[in-house]
Amino acid sequence: MVPLSWYLGLSALLFTIGAVGVFIKRNAITIFLCIELMLNAVNLSFVSLSGFFGDVGGQLFVFIVMTVAAAEAAVGLAIIISIFRNRESLNVDEVDSLKL
Amino acid sequence: MTNLLLEWLIKTIIILLILLTAVAYVTLMERKVMAWIQLRVGPNRVGLGKFRLWGLMQPLADALKMIFKEDIVPIQANYWLYIAAPALSLIPALMTFIVIPYGSTITLFNRTIELHVTRMNVGLLYVLALTSVGVYGIVLAGWSSNNKYSLMGGLRSSAQMISYELALGLSIVCVLLYAGTLDLVDIVNAQNGFHGLAWNVFRYPLLIPVFIIFYIASLAETNRTPFDLPEADSELVAGYHTEYSSMKFVMFQMAEYLNLITASSISTTLFFGGWNGPFVGRAPYLGPVYFMIKVLGLIFLAMWIRYTVPRFRYDQLMRFGWKFLLPAAIVNIIISSTVLLFRP
Amino acid sequence: MQAEKALFIVFAVIAVASALNILLQRNPLYSALSLIGTLLALSALYVMLRGQFIAALQIVVYAGAIMVLFVFVIMLLNQPKDQPQIEKQKGLRYLAIPLAGLMIAEMFYVLRPIHLSTLPADQSVGTTWSIGTALFTDYLLPFEVTSVLILMAVVGAMVLARREGD
Repeated sequence: MVPLSWYLGLSALLFTIGAVGVFIKRNAITIFLCIELMLNAVNLSFVSLSGFFGDVGGQLFVFIVMTVAAAEAAVGLAIIISIFRNRESLNVDEVDSLKL
Repeated sequence: MTNLLLEWLIKTIIILLILLTAVAYVTLMERKVMAWIQLRVGPNRVGLGKFRLWGLMQPLADALKMIFKEDIVPIQANYWLYIAAPALSLIPALMTFIVIPYGSTITLFNRTIELHVTRMNVGLLYVLALTSVGVYGIVLAGWSSNNKYSLMGGLRSSAQMISYELALGLSIVCVLLYAGTLDLVDIVNAQNGFHGLAWNVFRYPLLIPVFIIFYIASLAETNRTPFDLPEADSELVAGYHTEYSSMKFVMFQMAEYLNLITASSISTTLFFGGWNGPFVGRAPYLGPVYFMIKVLGLIFLAMWIRYTVPRFRYDQLMRFGWKFLLPAAIVNIIISSTVLLFRP
Repeated sequence: MQAEKALFIVFAVIAVASALNILLQRNPLYSALSLIGTLLALSALYVMLRGQFIAALQIVVYAGAIMVLFVFVIMLLNQPKDQPQIEKQKGLRYLAIPLAGLMIAEMFYVLRPIHLSTLPADQSVGTTWSIGTALFTDYLLPFEVTSVLILMAVVGAMVLARREGD
């Protein structure tokens, strides 16, 4: 059998890759994709813990994370579309009009 | 263990062979039905030597013709995605057939063989998952061709598939309320009573409007007329496969017809008793025959609709999907669950 | 069982490789396609963990709906390729790599004492039945709140993406 720590290690690795992506990428859509990757990494640890401890709660949490991700994608992409309409660019460094 | 793997392998290969032949002959059937509706003869020349055989060798000739056509990749196209797109639409279309039950059990070479490749307790969700992944082939084909007609076709198809998937899923929920399981084998087995005629549409007449919604939504999912906007030839040349030729074009066509066969098989399984029919309990060999007859009937219905109904306009398509089909599916869920609540 | 470990390694390598590819690609469409690869590999891992329902849901919702939306938006915007990459805080991105190393080291340090390696004998946890029962009894309130959240998201997306004067 595959030990639990392997699944959790994979989850940690994917989460870190997602976090690095949020820091080094400048394209708003790619940053968004990296956030989805981080959510998925957390989902993997939820499902593996739920499987190994025989508790259905972790999988329900994944269900709720998925609906939240769907809502987030809808609103986030709408924001990105309206930013692109106003600025003709998806670079997050250029969206700084709220900065002093 | 090895025996089981071997059995799976043999079943999968047989189903693949049958499916690929079936796809070829469904194209012939489409041309014959079209000719019949339009009072023409249809393809009737290609046979074996002197024997014309009603044009039965036409698919073979078509396949040979398509293979020997020049395979063109536009210079401005995105090479790898352009090549991957046909495979991405064909593979999910082929993968659905492993969960569909084609019959009960038969005995062959002293072995009891179940006439389905595998069963899973989320079988129906598996089918839905593969249909929703199938959209990538079309979208990527549209984008990678670097052609405005292709791109429009791809965008239209993704919007259309997302919109009609909702109605499709909600109409399936109604069936699930009655069946109480997602396993397609169990759903079919539950329709086995009364001399094999206890089909869901006969047992629960409330499912007839649900079937109509499901059928319309599945026509939209498979991009058939009147919902063939992704490839509307009077507006978009040929839609997402404008730039494709030779075998890649054939792969898109095959995926399209396979999706039609899938939609008909799932309709048969959910509403028309799958392989159930008279005397199927005594002669299990009849199961696949009944299944095939029902699927062919539903495919004929789709062709009949194709050559009778004109194409929707894009705004009409969206309005119909969101403002009529989706509410109708929700109303049906409410009615079905209320009936189930008060059933003794 | 060795076969199971081999399967895990195959899917884990696919997941990590496509996740890295998200960062390496410049075109957001390729990044989105790589993320789909990760999602599919994770769904296979969910099946190995007996979460069949969640695995199917992962493909239907994530790969089939959310990512189609992403791809749709990327195609719709179709931004010009030769855009000057303006970066205001150039140094910060080079800090990300050592920080990531630190984070990974920390996480693996935490994971060190975990030695669980057998799934429980009870096979019923990941089935549709068990998830449905739990969702509509113990977790009814979160489920209902989710529906309100989705309604808000729908209205919000409509308002944000609408053109002025529509």
